[in-house]
Amino acid sequence: MTITRHLDDATLMSFAAGSLPGALAAVAAAHVAMCARCRGEVAILERIGGALLTSLPEVAMVRPGPATPEIGGLQKAPAPSGEVPPPLMRFVGGNLDAVRWRWIAPGLWHRPLPIRGDGSLHLIKGASGVKVPEHDHGGSELTLVLRGALIDATGRYGPGDVADVDEEVEQHTPAADAAGCICVVANEQPTRFRGGLARLLRPWHGL
Amino acid sequence: MADLLRRIAERADPAAFRELYETYGPRVKAYMIRRGADAGTAEDLAQETLLMVWRKAALYAGDKGSMTTWVFAIARNLRIDRLRREVPWQELPDWRLAEASGEPLPDEAMAEKQTQQRVQAALAELPAEQQQVVALAYLEGLSHSEIAARLGMPLGTVKSRMRIAYQKIRAALESLE
Repeated sequence: MTITRHLDDATLMSFAAGSLPGALAAVAAAHVAMCARCRGEVAILERIGGALLTSLPEVAMVRPGPATPEIGGLQKAPAPSGEVPPPLMRFVGGNLDAVRWRWIAPGLWHRPLPIRGDGSLHLIKGASGVKVPEHDHGGSELTLVLRGALIDATGRYGPGDVADVDEEVEQHTPAADAAGCICVVANEQPTRFRGGLARLLRPWHGL
Repeated sequence: MADLLRRIAERADPAAFRELYETYGPRVKAYMIRRGADAGTAEDLAQETLLMVWRKAALYAGDKGSMTTWVFAIARNLRIDRLRREVPWQELPDWRLAEASGEPLPDEAMAEKQTQQRVQAALAELPAEQQQVVALAYLEGLSHSEIAARLGMPLGTVKSRMRIAYQKIRAALESLE
């Protein structure tokens, strides 16, 4: 898997800062789990957090320090494997073929993923060549490909690649390539669809 | 500080824990207050952060990373979990530590200290408008959209200031290598 489309530096910075809204943070974490380059960037960006932390004026602790506990009982996180990156496993399970899809339009299915915090998170499956309806974004949108590929005006996105767009991108209408595509999409705010499909899709609030 | 981490990791040295507590407790408490906690909650979260550092340090003996960065990452995740009641999606820097192996050499500890000083210096040299967006993201916990609303500027301006700030800091670190 060669990842060529990465998170924007400003998105990475907010992610490392812990200030990316919930749904966007989920997709950012999934990309970072898959992408060695972005893990390296996050490591540098966390240093900025460390530097800012030590520059804060101290607020004295009132209570004495606790007794030091026994060490042990913590496990290292497992290394990523398979199509579903670890941050998404709790929602998706480990197997994309076991997802229960809801049909929304010809060649288009989705599965909403419940998250705490702001925004919406969906798995989307597109059949060969199917276009995501024309829409624009309130705030930011992150789309991470898990299987197959997406094509948009800027090129191709394969597994692990992420499209990082915001409301200043007027239209974003990616299409699944010939083999179809499964991706996970996070929106900061519900996406506004235009044209006839908007009515069709409205019941699927937040898509 | 890499030495402190090692004393905790290898010998579970209670004196090292007290030092950790005295050095970082008041800063983590300040961070939590900055992110909206009252003083009592902030102290609880600071304590919990440092206990987590203590417990995790043992798992990752041989760490070459920065103690300060560790403390930040753990505090950040706890804050998201407790104060925002959201999922802290960020992994702790565990996987990086797991990749590291062996004892850090004395010059690595020195290099680590230099790196952290370089980040401090590069942050201090940023123009005020860039420092502002960085601080709003890291210390106030505001999203891009929230920063744009707070400062009354387009989203694109906020993001480009963050990008430029980061590029400068990254360049400062590259010049060190």
